[in-house]
Order: sequence, then structure tokens, then C-alpha cells
Amino acid sequence: MVSANPPVIEVKDLKKHFPVKKGLLRRTVGQVYAVDGVTFTVRAGETLGLVGESGCGKTTAGRAAMRLVEPTSGSIKVEGKEIIGLSKGELRPYRRQMQIIFQDPFSSLNPRMTAGDIVGEPLLVHGVANAKERQEQVAALFARVGLRTAQMKNYPHQFSGGQRQRIGIARALALGPKLIVGDEPVSALDVSIQAQVINLLMELQAERRLSYLFISHNLAVVEHISHQIAVMYLGRIVEYADTRSIFTNAQHPYTEALLAAVPVPDPAIKRKKIVLQGDVPSPVKPPSGCHFHTRCPYAVARCKVESPPLREIAPGHQVSCHLR
Amino acid sequence: MAVIDHDAALAKAGANVSGFWGQAGFLARRYPLGAVGAVLVLLFVLTALFANVIAPHDPLSTNSRASLATPGGVYWLGADFMGRDMFSRIVYGARISLAVAVGATLLGGILGVAIGLMSGFIGGWFDLATQRLMDIMQSLPLLVMALVMAASLGPSLENTIIAIAIPLVPSVARVVRSSTLSLREQPFVEAARAIGMGEVRIAVRHVLPNTLAPLIVLGTAQLGSAILTEASLSFLGLGIPEPYPSWGRMLSESAAEYVRTAPWLVIFPGVAISLTVFGTNLLGDALRDILDPRQRT
Repeated sequence: MVSANPPVIEVKDLKKHFPVKKGLLRRTVGQVYAVDGVTFTVRAGETLGLVGESGCGKTTAGRAAMRLVEPTSGSIKVEGKEIIGLSKGELRPYRRQMQIIFQDPFSSLNPRMTAGDIVGEPLLVHGVANAKERQEQVAALFARVGLRTAQMKNYPHQFSGGQRQRIGIARALALGPKLIVGDEPVSALDVSIQAQVINLLMELQAERRLSYLFISHNLAVVEHISHQIAVMYLGRIVEYADTRSIFTNAQHPYTEALLAAVPVPDPAIKRKKIVLQGDVPSPVKPPSGCHFHTRCPYAVARCKVESPPLREIAPGHQVSCHLR
Repeated sequence: MAVIDHDAALAKAGANVSGFWGQAGFLARRYPLGAVGAVLVLLFVLTALFANVIAPHDPLSTNSRASLATPGGVYWLGADFMGRDMFSRIVYGARISLAVAVGATLLGGILGVAIGLMSGFIGGWFDLATQRLMDIMQSLPLLVMALVMAASLGPSLENTIIAIAIPLVPSVARVVRSSTLSLREQPFVEAARAIGMGEVRIAVRHVLPNTLAPLIVLGTAQLGSAILTEASLSFLGLGIPEPYPSWGRMLSESAAEYVRTAPWLVIFPGVAISLTVFGTNLLGDALRDILDPRQRT
């Protein structure tokens, strides 16, 4: 199933390597291959779920796609226009197109600013409204995300975690972006609040034709909100398909293992259990060949030497495995 | 969802949120020690401002017949060996102390904040260079550093302020730099970057206000130590030149000779210094709490 919606962001072969510096002279002794050649597309009005274990590079991939961290190499096209190589000033109009929601609702809001000022700040920075208009727009945003407008003059500590996340969402919405990167936006919330926030995000998507890059380690959450899912392992995408294919027809052994870890609310259902051995290898010295071969139950000799390319095995379903 | 109405809760607690006096009254009830500090500081500032109205005598005119006069009568707090009225000298001394304390703390604070903020935000070689410079400055005690500065600048009010301000810079820079280092990694700073805010604006709007709380405590402590350092410098002839009244010099020049025969020459300037330093410290503690929105409700 291939969507016909136009792409909002096309990321191609994105790499972000962090130098490892040691010693008195801070010589570079190695590289952390945090994101090592990631390609994905988010289409208008759709959600791409980016899943993987902690440390697999999904957060860095999201940040690098927005150029909040400077990518080492690759291409990022926002509505067809390349944003790699743009100066800070040239990037500013694109900042209005892409916004981010953070995981931690506590540290993502400046404790010394009122909620209204926080939500109004993007408008102030881009000079899109005078003080009175700004006030009105902020009030409208407050109402839309389910906060009372009387709370605009309150400080972040006077809100609960879920309410703070709503402030973060209102701030992200302020400039009318096309794409919102959600960096584990519900992981720090109570389960009951998670559902409310996810539903709010989905309503906003339907209403404003927003696109989300939804980063999470929780497949159950991602399944609910995503149209497509990309599974990351150690800096690379290992499987990329629409949500239904991932859940019904997972091809990569790592995806299988992730799915096996999702709890099922019916004790009668017996599933094949796949428990991965060991930890994620260090991204400083990733394994040779297929990054996953050290933990893969099916690994053969070839996996140790040759890195499998991401191949399309069905329309819109890509997997990087020699055995499929 | 339970909604806590903070305004209603505050009103019930007696906070008249609107109106200066209502708010001041509420804060005074909440921070009684801070109120004591505020009164002391206010008294100090008013004394300095209206010294010419308050002082019954000319603080500089000598009178050999009144030499070492005991407190009471014409000379409320006695007179020094040159027959100058102690009360008038203390009242006028408040001017000098206020000018030195506020001037040095502000100058040192502004320089320190600028250096600390740039150091923490720019990082790299700039941070390394400034921090080693701060290390060198901090390896000398405040007084020694101020002595070197004052000796090279020469005795005058302006030079005393500069001489005391420069040694105060490293501690301010340190405090600001360390908060900046942790603050610049906070998601709310990243959020500001994501909306396309410039780095200078981020530093001033998002980082600086969050370094304020420790700065206010440090600043009020520095007010006190600036007054004390000025006293030491004046005693050594490097601070405020004679005959202008400086509490520190009044205290130190009489301490050795007259502490047994005329203790009022030592006690009253000492009390003035103590009360002022005490007042600024109490006020500083309360201000830190009041200025932190997390503690306001």
C-alpha cells in the first residue's frame, strides 16, 4: 500500500557521527555512529513511527532531520527543497514548518516564563503578530489543546505533567507547522494521560493535516497513531513498512523480537517467544556486516561479512536482511 | 480533572494580589526575616540619601574641647579624638558604604555575568582561557587582590569601587557559568532553537533568568563583603581618603588605641556595619525565594 500524499520531509542517507575525544589535546580517537545512513519520508497528514531500543539513534535521527543537531552527511528535503547547507538565517523560514515536542514535560518548559509567554514565544520570534493578536492566538491555542485560557498567566510548575505536555503541543502548533517531530512525547506520562495526549495529537492531525515523525520505544503506542513504521537498530533502519504490514507480516528478525515483547491482553494466546540475548552493541564499534548478527537467532556466515541493503520485498515494504 | 485556583487560594491566605501595599504586606507576613532585612536595608539607604538632613553636626569639623566626648548630651554617640560627632560621621558614612557596596557589587556582577554567560555558552577555547584567568584571580584572597588594585589605582571613591569590583568578578562568573552549562542542554533551550531563536536571545531570555536565584544570594553576600573590604582598604590608607567618614576606617583606626578608653568609637561603627550586612543577607535570602516562581504560590 503506497500512499499518494505528497511528501513533507524526505530524508536520505542521513548520518550523524559524534567524535570520541580523548586525552589532553582532545584528539579524535573514534566515532559514535549514532545515525548511520537513514532514509525515510513523511507524507502530508500521515505519521511515521520511528521505533527502536534506547540508544539505537532514533532521537538523534529526529533531531538531525530538523537540523537541531548538525548532520554529518545526507540530504533533507522539506517540501522538495534541500535544507542541508542552508545558513541559520536561511533555515529560519523552515523552522516554522517543523516543530518538536519533547519527552520530558518538566525540563522542556522554561520555569521562569508563564505558560502564555511560552506558547506565544514562537510568534514573537517570527514577528507574525502584534501583542494583542498574539494574546488572542495563544488563547485560541490554549483552548484547542484543552487548557483554560485563565491558565495563561500561570507558571509551568502549576500544571500537571499532562497539562505541561499540552503546553508543549500548543507551542509546537503556534507557527502552524506542517511537520511535528514527537520525541517520545508520551513516554513520561501516566498511561491514562498517554491516551488523552495521543488522541489530541490525532485530532490535530485530522484537523490541520499535520505530519508526525513519532519517535517511541513503545510499539503499542506507535501502532495506534502511525500510518507507517520504521524500525531502527544501531543507527540504521532495518524494516520500513505501513503499520499493518509491520504488525501482521514482520520480516526482519529484530522486528519479530520487538513484536514478541508487546504484551497481549489475552492470556489464552500463546505466541512464539523470541528473547534477544545480550545488549545492543556499542555504536562506537558496530558489528561487521549486518549490525544485528550478534543477536540474531537466524544469523548465517554471510551476515557477519556483508551488510544487507534495505530492499523492497513488497510494494512499500522494505527490509534489510539477507534471509528474506 | 481537579482544578486548583491559585488566585482563590492566595486570597484566602491573605494575599491582596493587586496593589503594591497589599502585596508587600503579604510578603512581609510570609517572610518575616526578609521584612526585617528589608527594613534594615531601607533604613540604611534612607540614612545615606538624607544624611545632610539627619546629621546634627558637620561630620568633618573638628573641636578640640569635645575630643573623646562620651555619648549623650550634644554628641549622641560621643565624639572621636578630634572632636568630630560620631553620629554624624556614621550617618554620612552610610553614603560611602552604600556607594561602594552597590557600585562594586553591580560592576563586579555585570562583568561576572557577561563573562560567565559567554564562557558557558560559547565554550571551547574561550571558556578554557577565561576560566584559567578566573583561577588566577581567585587564587589571591579578595583583600589582597583589592589591595593590589587599589594601590595601583590610587585612593579615591571610584578607584575603591573598581578595586573591590574586579576581585568579585570570578565568583560571579563561576556561578553563572556552571548554571549556564547545565541550562544550555535543557530541552526548553532546544525548543527555543527549534523555533528559530538566535543564540544571543536564547542566552539572555532563557538562560540568564534561570541563573538569577544563586546570583541574588551571592550578590547580597558580596554587598556585605564589599563594605568590609572597603573598611580594610581605608584602614590601610588605600581606600576612601581622610577626612571623609568611612565606617571601616572609623572602626579600624580607633580599635587599637581607644577600645579600652573610648569603646563607643569602636562599637557604633561596628554596629552600623553588622546591621547593614545582616540586613542585606536577610533580604537576599527572602528575595531568592520571592523571585523564584516555583516558590511563589
